[in-house]
Amino acid sequence: MEDGIKKFLYVNRKAPYGTIYALEALEVVLIGAAFDQDVSLAFLDDGVFQLTKGQNTDGIGVKNFSPTFRALGDYDVNKLYVERESLEERGLTEDDLQEIMYEDEDDDWAEKPSIRIISRAEMADLMHDQDVILSF
Amino acid sequence: MKFGVVVSEGPYTHEASDTAYNFVKAAIEAGHEVPRVFFYHDGVNVGTRLTVPPQDDRNIQENWSAIAKEHGIDLVVCIAAAQRRGILDENEAKRQGKDADNIAEGFRISGLGQLIEMGIQTDRLMMFGD
Repeated sequence: MEDGIKKFLYVNRKAPYGTIYALEALEVVLIGAAFDQDVSLAFLDDGVFQLTKGQNTDGIGVKNFSPTFRALGDYDVNKLYVERESLEERGLTEDDLQEIMYEDEDDDWAEKPSIRIISRAEMADLMHDQDVILSF
Repeated sequence: MKFGVVVSEGPYTHEASDTAYNFVKAAIEAGHEVPRVFFYHDGVNVGTRLTVPPQDDRNIQENWSAIAKEHGIDLVVCIAAAQRRGILDENEAKRQGKDADNIAEGFRISGLGQLIEMGIQTDRLMMFGD
């Protein structure tokens, strides 16, 4: 921890619908963004479904909140780590995920992808590196 | 050490709020500090004073209210999660035009910022859930 800035990791393990965990996790991320901490999001297990494109919730009467992920870059939340093994176990590839971009202020506002696919071993390292982990 | 505690499952269905309570009790007995406990998701349901568990069972809400009073713990119920689930204090009931409130003694309703602040200000954040 340096300069009073802590590393926060939000771990998303559950499918976007069926339970409220994913939506309420995103609400914490949005509020937390105002606190100028070092924020990362992790998506593993069924949590990888949260980032899939083409979500349509018309039939279940709940809000489709997946577009909100694309706005995270505006909140300086631009590190979205997705576990490769969790994707593979569910027959998904990176192409099934939404394109989520952010503008890098340290690189002349170049557009860069927020989603980074990492291995399970790298995910363990990422968690080890955090000050605060909130698991949903 | 200073611990922040999050309770993210409701009482009785899940053991999380009991485990969190036992953790807080043990931590304080061991000389640690627990300045705040934050209730999120169905965990906000711990904060209603209207539960009536059987007499031979523990009363989870009363346990929390008592330990908070004894040790000055700030019990915070997330307002967004609470509104969805019908946990209201007097002000919120009035503001939302509801005919009753149900917040228990020692609990207060506030925003998610209190959770992030707790993560920043404590040495360890413990999350008790499913």
